[in-house]
Amino acid sequence: MIKLLASRTFFQGVLIINSLIVLLPVFFLINSSLRESNEFARTPFALARDPFWENYQRVWSEGEFGSYFINSLIITGGSLILILILALGAGFVLGRYSFKGNNIIFAFILTGMLVPAKLAILPLFIQLKWMNLLDSRLGLILVYTSAALPAAIFIMSGFFKSLPTDLDNAARIDGASEFKLLSKVLVPLVRPGMAIVAIYSAIPIWNDFFLPLVFLQSPEKKTLMQGLTVFFGQYASQWGVLFAGLCLAALPLVVLYLILSEQFIKGLTAGAVKG
Amino acid sequence: MSSALRREQNRTTGTLLIPALAVIIIFTTVPALTTLSYAFFSWDGFQRSTFAGFENFQKLFAYPYLDQLLAALRHNTIAFVVIMTFQTSLGLLFAYAMFRVKRGLRFYRVVVFLPVIFSLVVVGYLWQSLLDPYYGPINQIITGIGLPEFAKPWLGDTSTALPTLMFINLWRWVGFPAIVFLAGLNAINSEYIEAARIDGASEGQIFRKIIFPLLAPSLTIITVLTFIGAYEWFDLPFVIGGSNGSPAGATDTLALMFYRLSFGSIDSGANNVGVGSALGVLIFTLVGLGAAFGSALLRRREVEQ
Repeated sequence: MIKLLASRTFFQGVLIINSLIVLLPVFFLINSSLRESNEFARTPFALARDPFWENYQRVWSEGEFGSYFINSLIITGGSLILILILALGAGFVLGRYSFKGNNIIFAFILTGMLVPAKLAILPLFIQLKWMNLLDSRLGLILVYTSAALPAAIFIMSGFFKSLPTDLDNAARIDGASEFKLLSKVLVPLVRPGMAIVAIYSAIPIWNDFFLPLVFLQSPEKKTLMQGLTVFFGQYASQWGVLFAGLCLAALPLVVLYLILSEQFIKGLTAGAVKG
Repeated sequence: MSSALRREQNRTTGTLLIPALAVIIIFTTVPALTTLSYAFFSWDGFQRSTFAGFENFQKLFAYPYLDQLLAALRHNTIAFVVIMTFQTSLGLLFAYAMFRVKRGLRFYRVVVFLPVIFSLVVVGYLWQSLLDPYYGPINQIITGIGLPEFAKPWLGDTSTALPTLMFINLWRWVGFPAIVFLAGLNAINSEYIEAARIDGASEGQIFRKIIFPLLAPSLTIITVLTFIGAYEWFDLPFVIGGSNGSPAGATDTLALMFYRLSFGSIDSGANNVGVGSALGVLIFTLVGLGAAFGSALLRRREVEQ
């Protein structure tokens, strides 16, 4: 019993130390974003007793930060809507209908999870140029959708499969069409799956800087993570402003994460553990 | 099933499945297959010229690319071994600790995973400032505790840049194996553990003989994903060391070299799409074969519950 208690204390200690290693840099980031740059350079550790909100005002008003932020919202939001609509449809068909070729199509979609998008970047670049989708938010949305769809369909079809088939038959007897069955009966029941897909897809899209770097050239179309790299050259050594920019860039996902952390964690493990 | 329903289902299948398939084929499958073909042509900028056979591969394995290729491959391999050893064992330790403690579990679970949702751009800049040789708090702490000789330009010194990069990678990623292992631990039937405890087995024995073997599926996933991640390592080295793997190529990776060859860079000059695509094919083959072979090998030692 004493041994069991001792090991509990040890594990508590391990987790407390890890929490500090995670949270101290994050605290340093937030604290420094609320301090005046010169003051920070003199005493990097002092607490921001009197929050210097001007850093945030400057980030938002001086550069293109606001427009980068809105572009990222448009691109992430647009991709999420498209991913959800397409994954709902494909997941419904693959998860609930049995037809010839069902398994082959499912296997084909899964191979899409293995293709690293980065290595196909050149043909994609030339193809987008040819399709007139280079330097376009829509082009980027389509590429992100394509990259996220295989995992999204995999997750959604699993949710559709888990619902009892009686539901379908009852709805059909009541005269519902297949579309009505999907939209009125089944969609409300697979909402948890949709939350997982949305979160699972939003993280890499919001955080990505590589595809915008290659595909978007117009300054007014740039995304936040891509824009941050410019921003860092501009505000070199203006620490407070830089830290405020980093905080603002991380904020949307952190808020989403804190609200939906249970689903976040479930979503990242559901696909992985079965795989 | 009535034929009217069958007809309706066929129509529904078409309307709902074809758009999704079309997006995947156009924006994933076709570009991936086209990369293959690019490696067999010579290129003038982004203009394809003549069929080149294996010439691009021969160039890749000769001066001046071979030295870069071998250095990058070495860095990727070090990254795989080190990340696999430290990140995975720490992830397992955190997972097992969360499995054992009762108090604070929800808090730890949220915190341990938090860095994984941060953009690597944010993580990269945050750690660059933490490690700044002049203003950075880390060197100030090291000097403050009386070890000024250990205060270094961690990311600027060729001997410490790669290890530092791997440490930052660990800070950002360790929550991922931790959560996957935690899910694996929670899936273990607790009766096995209770029975062993009643029979007088120590916690250490229970971990070695019951828990660890049953975690094999999680370990397979983490190993394969770590392998893929390590050999396609790009974002963090790019944010911190730029496309040339500064300082002096100490943090160069295969994916950075691929990027330079594809788009050119200030130091290495114009791009070479043919050689770049040959490298792309090489990386894809390496990662694909490694992942397939590794998962087949690891699956064999998984046990059924």
